[in-house]
Amino acid sequence: MTNAAFSRCVGLALLACALPELASVVHAQAPASIKDTPASFTAECSSCHLAYAPFLTGQANWRGIMAGLDKHYGVDASLDSKTQREISTWLLANAASSASLAAASPDFRITRSEWFVRKHYWSASIWKRASIKSASNCAACHSGAARSDFDAGSVRVPK
Amino acid sequence: MQSFRFLAVGGALSLSFASVGAMADSPASFLERFNAEARNAGEGPGNAARGQKFFNQTHGNEWKCATCHGAVPTGKGEHTVTHKIIDSMAPALNPQRFTDAAKVDKWFRRNCKDVLTRECTAREKADVMAWLISLK
Repeated sequence: MTNAAFSRCVGLALLACALPELASVVHAQAPASIKDTPASFTAECSSCHLAYAPFLTGQANWRGIMAGLDKHYGVDASLDSKTQREISTWLLANAASSASLAAASPDFRITRSEWFVRKHYWSASIWKRASIKSASNCAACHSGAARSDFDAGSVRVPK
Repeated sequence: MQSFRFLAVGGALSLSFASVGAMADSPASFLERFNAEARNAGEGPGNAARGQKFFNQTHGNEWKCATCHGAVPTGKGEHTVTHKIIDSMAPALNPQRFTDAAKVDKWFRRNCKDVLTRECTAREKADVMAWLISLK
């Protein structure tokens, strides 16, 4: 770690230092292989929240999520069958394959995945801040989240 | 420190706007359609006052339309679960609203199920449309 990077981590009260491991784990999924993102994925999945990149969880979780869109964490997010099939196919083709990222999680939630909880162990009270509100609001701290850039160095936790 | 970036996905995820629906789709055309469907069901045309009331009351569940869209949706609303900001529903303030039948039908279907545990009737949709169109 360079001095500059170290200073940056100190400046963030060590919060960002907790994250490089995540970046390396996610990076191991070789997102460069992800292509042909269907327009429907962006349009549909970002209607209500960040369109979570497929490599953030495994096939089993994506299958569970896509099979229950009519009761999607308390909200009806159902799709027509063509769009559903298109998005599902792409998610499964680009899902995480490493055991760490792909492990089954409660309710198929990315934010309840073992890796996610471990990487964000410091944040239980931080989620509640008015500037963040939810663990699913990646972009509150990860400024590049919309382009699936979770670079630990760019993490800025808002007050 | 290595820099980990996921530009590959970033490029692919850059905003893509779905093509605008059929040219004929407009707030007025939706009101006309819902009025016609209501008439076929033996009900009167949309009524703005009724639409406002419908929008701002619960229907047996926790949420009302206003929970996410605001009591008078000329301003921005906020998704009660994800906290995502929702743009104004009033076509006078947001010309993108009610211009695409697939989108309008999809969101009425989903949101009515969330609020009423059933799809809205044509008259209910006509009432809400009449009210939203009247907002300036």
